[in-house]
Amino acid sequence: MDFSEEQLKRYSRHIILPEVGGKGQKKISEAKVLMVGAGGLGCPVGYYLAAAGVGTIAIVDNDEVELSNLQRQIAHSVKTLGVNKAESAKQTFESLNPDVNVVTIKERLNSKNVKDLFKDYDIIVDGTDNFPTRYLINDACVMLKKPLVSGAILRFEGQVTTILPHEGHCYRCLFEEPPPPGLVPSCQEAGVLGVLPGVIGALQATEVLKLILGKGKPLSGYLLIYDALGVNFRKVKVPKNKDCAVCGDNPTITELTDLPEEYCSI
Amino acid sequence: MEDIKIDKNLDIRGEVCPYTLVKSKLGIEMIEVGQVIEIILDYPEAADSVPKAMENYGHKVLKIEKINAKEWILQVRKEVED
Ligand SMILES: [Zn+2]
Repeated sequence: MDFSEEQLKRYSRHIILPEVGGKGQKKISEAKVLMVGAGGLGCPVGYYLAAAGVGTIAIVDNDEVELSNLQRQIAHSVKTLGVNKAESAKQTFESLNPDVNVVTIKERLNSKNVKDLFKDYDIIVDGTDNFPTRYLINDACVMLKKPLVSGAILRFEGQVTTILPHEGHCYRCLFEEPPPPGLVPSCQEAGVLGVLPGVIGALQATEVLKLILGKGKPLSGYLLIYDALGVNFRKVKVPKNKDCAVCGDNPTITELTDLPEEYCSI
Repeated sequence: MEDIKIDKNLDIRGEVCPYTLVKSKLGIEMIEVGQVIEIILDYPEAADSVPKAMENYGHKVLKIEKINAKEWILQVRKEVED
């Protein structure tokens, strides 16, 4: 464990934690995490992972920063309006912590590129909040046996879950198919309190760090639901479904396919 | 008096809190359970806080002794894995 004097200072509050220590901090610095989306959730997740010293953070995003994003997407700024979101977040994260290597992937995730993009990473973070991509990420993680930390937000409510393929549930154990597009609010209706992704993203980042450290109990087999208005956290048990189409005993989904993009992403 | 075998020496004179603890924690991670680290320090608050923290981590403080006007010797036996 050779930390520079600067690193000793930067990570001192981690190193003195018995659950982290120098050995844990070393694991964090060697970890490779891929985040899908540098939006409402991806910004706080990446921000905290960068602060924690995660060695490699890859960001998949092909959108550009818009003024309407800045109400909640805290890694971007008026200086990066029009800039690719992965690129904008990279500038923010690297100025927070130059130890971190931020890899930008300015592509839209699809059934062709997803496995190739995920294969070199230890943990995947879903911050997309659109159903076709959510299912694609879920299926790819199950097939590649990659831990997935998933978050979702809408209005005043958010959800977090950790998927450890074949150990606990997956997204399809919960809902076999994405809901039909008509049931999901359209973009004009999909409001969200700007701070909500901060709460959910911080919970996702916590799950990622616990997985890296191998400490505590991951949120596998549970869905954590946060209701901001009622100030209520509910931890709902989600059983693994042995008949699940992708992670069950006899999976029917063995290849990835693309679903139509008719949904709104926050 | 029985002589204690020291497996690792650590000099953290000149360090202040929280780096006294940071360096002590890293030092103890470098020895095995059952081994003893001897730390020399000169930050007065650390003479109190570092031994307490070591006990909280589950290790055994064998000795904390003021050896001159400004310096302390702390001996800790590692009791639990990191
Ligand atoms: Zn499943």
